[in-house]
Amino acid sequence: MNDIDIRKIVKEELGNIAPEIDLATVEPTADLREAIDIDSMDFLNFITAVHHRTGIDIPEIDYPKLVTLMGMLAYLDAKLKAAKK
Amino acid sequence: VVDFLMPSLGPDMEAGTLVEWLVKPGDRVKRGDVVAVVETQKGAIEVEIYQSGEIEQILVPLDAKVPVGTPLARLRGEGEAKPGAPSVLTAPSPAISKPAAVAVQRTPIAQTAPPAVPVPSITGRVRASPAARKLAETRGIDLTSVAGSGPAGAITYADVDRPAAKPAAPAEKRRGPSLDVNAMRTAIAAAMARSKREIPHYYLEHQVDVSACERWLAENNAALPPDNRILMGALTIKAMALAVRRFPAFNGFYRDNKFEPSKAIHVGVAISIRGGGLTAPALHDADQLSIGELMSGLRDLVQRVRAGRIRSSEMADPTITISSLGERGVDALYGVIYPPQVAIVGFGKVAQRPWVVDGAIGPRSVVTMTMSGDHRVSDGHAGALFLAEIGKLLQEPGKL
Repeated sequence: MNDIDIRKIVKEELGNIAPEIDLATVEPTADLREAIDIDSMDFLNFITAVHHRTGIDIPEIDYPKLVTLMGMLAYLDAKLKAAKK
Repeated sequence: VVDFLMPSLGPDMEAGTLVEWLVKPGDRVKRGDVVAVVETQKGAIEVEIYQSGEIEQILVPLDAKVPVGTPLARLRGEGEAKPGAPSVLTAPSPAISKPAAVAVQRTPIAQTAPPAVPVPSITGRVRASPAARKLAETRGIDLTSVAGSGPAGAITYADVDRPAAKPAAPAEKRRGPSLDVNAMRTAIAAAMARSKREIPHYYLEHQVDVSACERWLAENNAALPPDNRILMGALTIKAMALAVRRFPAFNGFYRDNKFEPSKAIHVGVAISIRGGGLTAPALHDADQLSIGELMSGLRDLVQRVRAGRIRSSEMADPTITISSLGERGVDALYGVIYPPQVAIVGFGKVAQRPWVVDGAIGPRSVVTMTMSGDHRVSDGHAGALFLAEIGKLLQEPGKL
């Protein structure tokens, strides 16, 4: 789990759900559910994919921390760092 | 010998285009196997066969558009004698020239087995048709290395079959064989216009406290990996499926001026498609599935719909439909019945509301549930009882 490029993984997995969206144009603080129109099933699939690719466990209670791109990256970065220690 | 026909995949379908054969002469098939992919206004549909036997002859070539009811292939039933000569000259398989009895004994070896049930990609990373997966597995091709030309980049049989050296042409990439948004719009227009012309709808709404469901979901999901987590949608589908057992007037078809109730409860789930359009394929026997089974069935269905791969039986036989606009949606939605069905149940978003419980006001999670019913078949009174029953079942999610 050393060199996981979390930005790349997030970009790819969100791209699988919303292929027509250019994430570079999405406000980092915007609510992703609205910004790229994803529903609860899309979000669950995203969480599942990230879990499979990184091993990061994202309990449901933490979902509110992942609603923006910025929050999501900060959360996953912190989780990865914690896993390395 | 029986003919396998172009199926009717909805009341408004007149013809379909054969875009993929998943079997060849000599292949053994069993009831429920996906044998072909047919392109319709609703996208590419995987067509299942309803009889077991051996494919004797393919009658319709690829890319041919033929009317509903046209024989697509000839099937020899189990135990039927084979004709002397192979029916197709091109590359008959070794088994084909042997007597039937031998072929039957050889089944364990000759079996090409696991049925063509697609394994949904759990990660959602690789979208591919079952045929493409099978071919990739046979040839040892890594699907992640294949460029998909289907909807949302789904990998088709042709993509895998393409010589590796030749990458998918960029122009082909977005075109894909399935999910023509305009055609789908036409199909929706036809079905909905027919519904509003023919079905005298009545509408009911009922507010339900779903706090118990939310608590149950939070407790249940806390200990589970994402693969096994349950969404509210699975609970509402199960509650509706159980409730409709007691109210058969909402489950079935209205055809030829009369109502035919259905014993089976196949819940059509309205699934929206990115870029526009929607479809409502069936979750079969939803009342008999556990919540876990129902949830994985739902995930599989949504992924296949969005990858443009629905099976014929799922398109043809929902007996009642459920629709939800999701957690960011509106408070309530009033559905248009999908003919020949006779009811559609709608769920709005779950919202925190002041609610009176035991004489005191407190915040509760509340959802507005609606039903549109066919007044030729049922009345508001029965509809009200049906909705109340769903609401009651949602108070004890652990028992669903």
